[in-house]
Amino acid sequence: MAGLLSQNWRGAWTLFRKELLRFWRVSFQTVAAPVMTAVLYLLVFSHVLEGRVQVYPGVGYTSFLIPGLIMMSLLQNAFANSSSSLIQSKVMGNLIFVLLTPISYLGFYLAFLAAAIIRGLVVGLGIYLVAIIFVDLPLEHPWWILAFALLGSGLLGTFGIIAGIWAEKFDQMAAFQNFVIMPLSFLSGVFYSIHSLPPFWQQVSHLNPFFYMIDGFRYGFFGTGDISPFISLGVVAGCFFALSLITLQMLKSGYRLRG
Amino acid sequence: MIPAINIQQIHKRFGELHALKGIDLTIEQGEFFALLGPNGAGKSTLINLLAGLSRPTSGRLQVMGFDVNAQYAEARRALGVVPQELVFDPFFNVREMLRFQAGYFGHGRSNDAWVDEIIESLGLADKAHTNMRRLSGGMKRRALIGQALAHKPPVIVLDEPTAGVDVELRQTMWEFIRRLNQEGHTIILTTHYLEEAETLCSRIAMMKQGQIVALDSTQNLLNRVPGKRLRLKLAGMLPDVLRPLLREEQDGQQVLALADIAQLESILATLRAANVAVEDMQLIEADLEDVFVELVS
Repeated sequence: MAGLLSQNWRGAWTLFRKELLRFWRVSFQTVAAPVMTAVLYLLVFSHVLEGRVQVYPGVGYTSFLIPGLIMMSLLQNAFANSSSSLIQSKVMGNLIFVLLTPISYLGFYLAFLAAAIIRGLVVGLGIYLVAIIFVDLPLEHPWWILAFALLGSGLLGTFGIIAGIWAEKFDQMAAFQNFVIMPLSFLSGVFYSIHSLPPFWQQVSHLNPFFYMIDGFRYGFFGTGDISPFISLGVVAGCFFALSLITLQMLKSGYRLRG
Repeated sequence: MIPAINIQQIHKRFGELHALKGIDLTIEQGEFFALLGPNGAGKSTLINLLAGLSRPTSGRLQVMGFDVNAQYAEARRALGVVPQELVFDPFFNVREMLRFQAGYFGHGRSNDAWVDEIIESLGLADKAHTNMRRLSGGMKRRALIGQALAHKPPVIVLDEPTAGVDVELRQTMWEFIRRLNQEGHTIILTTHYLEEAETLCSRIAMMKQGQIVALDSTQNLLNRVPGKRLRLKLAGMLPDVLRPLLREEQDGQQVLALADIAQLESILATLRAANVAVEDMQLIEADLEDVFVELVS
């Protein structure tokens, strides 16, 4: 029984390794490109707004921007990893190689989730390492940074699995990315504090889970944020838990995977 | 001995379509079994159910005694499936794909020697480090077979394995599959090449519209079509008296159905009496195609 159990987990471990290798093989596209994009955002926005906008007392705009950009890229890439792998495998038909195996639905979920988290963290770390060459960035609460990075990438990795299972065409996946992920990440306070918004839009921002991820992550750097990091952690962990349950149920039922 | 495959009263519906209508089938360990039928007969649906790629509406399926749904891990470990479509993962090479596939089933590095043996046996040695997308159709098909074997399953399902494969590759493949069968693996084959089924398989099931219409040993099925066929090329017209025997007429040749070999002499006598010369003549045994046409068409 123990042998069978370890065999099952070895299957999930292999799937995780395959998913890691899959994005690493094209790391120019999956890691270098998002780092480059974030650095370009940083250059343009810091050039235009540094010295004109101060969001938190004593924190320059470029410094304020960096955690938001790191988190935005981390979230987008965690989503992209699981969603693109699944939709490609479905469209090309090679998902059958995994569906024929004894890997459990939990093993399947954990393998895709872990690979998505790692890609998100690698991209985030890449941006951080480039950014600190130019800007002196404080690290007030590293554990908060780590907690939000892990939970955020986990949440978006899970969301990517849902999107990958649901979508049957690249077109549908593009709609998910352009009409859900992009607006939610751009309107989450990456480039501004929500306190600078009119009261109505501040309220609307509180409905956006990306806001909590970015605000909590930023708190880890500066020790200050728009809301308490505990509230943010609760919202993000709650969303992660809820989406994980939905994903596991989808995988268990074979929704859109097993006819 | 536990049967390799045990299917009991399997029904599968896709909305209004009743794709499988109460299939019962037992395949013993070590058999080389063919599942034949026209497109849409339900062969692939049945294989998908066995592989756990699809779930039955009702009924029970077991692989090596393991229920495909309740004991899916054990059942899948006992089954290797070569899918019909030429699917592949474009990120990896042949050896990597085979190793990953074995890994999904819980095999570690100790299985690498078996992976190398598969690569060698399927003639993929010089392509082992070639990316899957750079392989020709035939080579991709071999790699698919390799992937199905990577975890050493006792039961192997080959869904149209020779579609689009040239003759030489086909021969190599069958040699390898036959060897696996001799070593004790149960082989289940679906194919449109009926001569392959006739040559290789000891038992055959023929499906039509979601039902099994014939299930017997290959020899018994061949015996179902009595008599022989006589192909004639005549210098003149076929006499009217022989017209009732005519089954086929093509390119100036006529095929007559003979109830038994003794009828040959009377046909030749009739032709002589009508002063019709025989330019060419060939006696043909009934083959699986005749059985297939009679039962399925």
